[in-house]
Amino acid sequence: MTSVPLSESPPREGLGRRLSTFFYRHPRIRLSALLALPLGWLVLVYFGSLFVLLLSSFWETDSFTREVVHEFTLDNFRQIFEQDVFRNVAWRTIQMAILVTIADVILAFPIAYYMARVASPRTRDLLVVLVLVPLWANYLVKAYAWRTILSDGGVVNWALEPLGLQVDGLSTVGLWLVFTYLWLPFMVLPIYAGLERIPSSFLEASADLGGRSLTTFARVILPLAFPAIVAGSIFTFCLTLGDYIAPGLITSEQFIGTVIYSIRGEALPTAAAFSFVPLVVVVAYLLVARRLGAFESL
Amino acid sequence: MKERKTGVARWAAFGLLVVALCVVAAGCGGDDDGDSGSSTAVEGLGTSLEEIQSLAREEGEVNVVQWPGYAQLTKEFAEATGCTVNTKDGASSDDMISLLQTGAYDGVSASGNASVRLMTTGEVAPIDTELVPNYADVQEGIKDQDYNSFDGQAYGVPHGRGPNYLMFRNDIVPEDTNSWSVIWEDEGLQEWGGKISIYDDSIFIADAAVYLKATQPDLGIDSPYQLNEEQFNAAVDLLKKQAAAGLNYWPGDVAKQIGEYTNGDSVVGTTWPYQYVQLTAADPAVAVTAIKPSEGTTGWSDTWMLYSKAQNPNCMYLWMNHMISPEAQALVAEGFGEAPVNLKACELTKDQNHCDTFHADDEAWWEDVYYWTTPVEDCADDDDSTTCKTQEDWEAAWTEIKG
Repeated sequence: MTSVPLSESPPREGLGRRLSTFFYRHPRIRLSALLALPLGWLVLVYFGSLFVLLLSSFWETDSFTREVVHEFTLDNFRQIFEQDVFRNVAWRTIQMAILVTIADVILAFPIAYYMARVASPRTRDLLVVLVLVPLWANYLVKAYAWRTILSDGGVVNWALEPLGLQVDGLSTVGLWLVFTYLWLPFMVLPIYAGLERIPSSFLEASADLGGRSLTTFARVILPLAFPAIVAGSIFTFCLTLGDYIAPGLITSEQFIGTVIYSIRGEALPTAAAFSFVPLVVVVAYLLVARRLGAFESL
Repeated sequence: MKERKTGVARWAAFGLLVVALCVVAAGCGGDDDGDSGSSTAVEGLGTSLEEIQSLAREEGEVNVVQWPGYAQLTKEFAEATGCTVNTKDGASSDDMISLLQTGAYDGVSASGNASVRLMTTGEVAPIDTELVPNYADVQEGIKDQDYNSFDGQAYGVPHGRGPNYLMFRNDIVPEDTNSWSVIWEDEGLQEWGGKISIYDDSIFIADAAVYLKATQPDLGIDSPYQLNEEQFNAAVDLLKKQAAAGLNYWPGDVAKQIGEYTNGDSVVGTTWPYQYVQLTAADPAVAVTAIKPSEGTTGWSDTWMLYSKAQNPNCMYLWMNHMISPEAQALVAEGFGEAPVNLKACELTKDQNHCDTFHADDEAWWEDVYYWTTPVEDCADDDDSTTCKTQEDWEAAWTEIKG
């Protein structure tokens, strides 16, 4: 190696050059400058808004003008815990989220399995596109379309009419159908990815050891795909828990989202307090999901 | 060494978070409630009609919160004044108040349950009626009411008034229905349960009170908006019984209710005249009847009000004047299905009988129409010891009723 005499011709000191020298000499400042924007976003905008939400759940409101009065109170949380209606609504929403998740698993698994292990590459591509296409249609349009399908003069009742049947589609059951439809792609894709990762040799090994198809499924495929199922359930569960548009369109029953939406104008602090219920449920769910290894399958 | 470093980094991150949250907290703590009570002049408003007109040309736009279908002749207004009109539909009085509070609007067409609150908080400004020439033509009986003025000072210009109707599909529900009992009593609830359309707002509790006032005089209900414990509980029980029968709520979303009546998901319920007008004007027309039942009904008398921190106060003044001109009043009255407050409009309506049909000048007809207002603690009776349920109680009960 020949050493270059550095002192002979010092490089031109432009602003950019000087800046880079400065950052080179001060690695800590370099790191802070790099992280300032994303961290600022995360802390100020992301946690900041959550913090404001938490803060406003401790304010009072004027009983007549309904203006927010900046005085500390725990009444909002007391109201959430003591009034039956909030508990009922929260429980109803959680039940709905669980049922939607179960239905989506049952529907998504065969589709994902077919895509990952059976279909030819061309069919698989086609199926991936078909699963993704509904996500490009606007959510509102889909929810309204389901309203039309389920309503009295809609397709469902039209089809049942010759059989002398009539169902009230705009009900909790109808909403369950709509949610299951809306979030299905979010379940199919993680399971598909999870199943694709299982090496074929595992299945062959299972067969060689005398495992029948059901045994292979129960003892090899399912345990290996389970984290992927949990990963998908994060989406279906959380999305159902927070949604307010579909419940408002399909049923008269109240869900967490619709209650928050309808009281936000006049009782903002109560609405803020109530919004901590789904937050806590989701955080608990995520902790369990992490335990089950779902984050590696996302 | 490395351990210590990450420890320091963690503390630094935590410190950063705390600092950021403090900044946020300070930011939202800072804007404490503004001025309350009445502040007279709005900043930037002209002092004479000529000045208002010339200042309005500079403003060039006006943003209003309105009930759906209220703004009329906006193009003509823009041509005449230079103010482009941007409207935003409110779904309920609460909704309108929160919209106005964003500060993005210059005015609002407020019903009584919004206007009283807005006047109290000082979010709407007093109006110099001298600067609104058409104000002279407004029916005297509607001026100086407690929902549009305070201490004799006008806080807006009346827009129009109307009843909340009982509307039903006359090809399904008996045509001679003329009582609210069809949506309150067991017989009707059993027959039409699941197909009953109800306005989704706590103010609907007053509709139960109107029915109780007529059917259970023992309760001694006077105003359906001033209910003591016993009266309130009776109304809530009635509403809970109704809710158990299965209801379709329309949260101020007129399109939702119109759709339900069109395809038969709803066949009977409460409505604004607007939906009735739309349904009967549709092609093919939907077979609906809308009536003021024998028990009377709730209703509204609306007021255009000026936001006290309006960006375009001059355009808003001209807009208020425009909305009570005979031409705009005629279109509003027929378009929304309400009674005009400027009777000069009666000669301009397409249907020459419109003012008669909607009882514009028939005070006796309005006697059992109870205009929306904000429920307050004071029962307005001689007995000081009784207290009435407040707006807050009404809202909590409404969430409870829907279950």
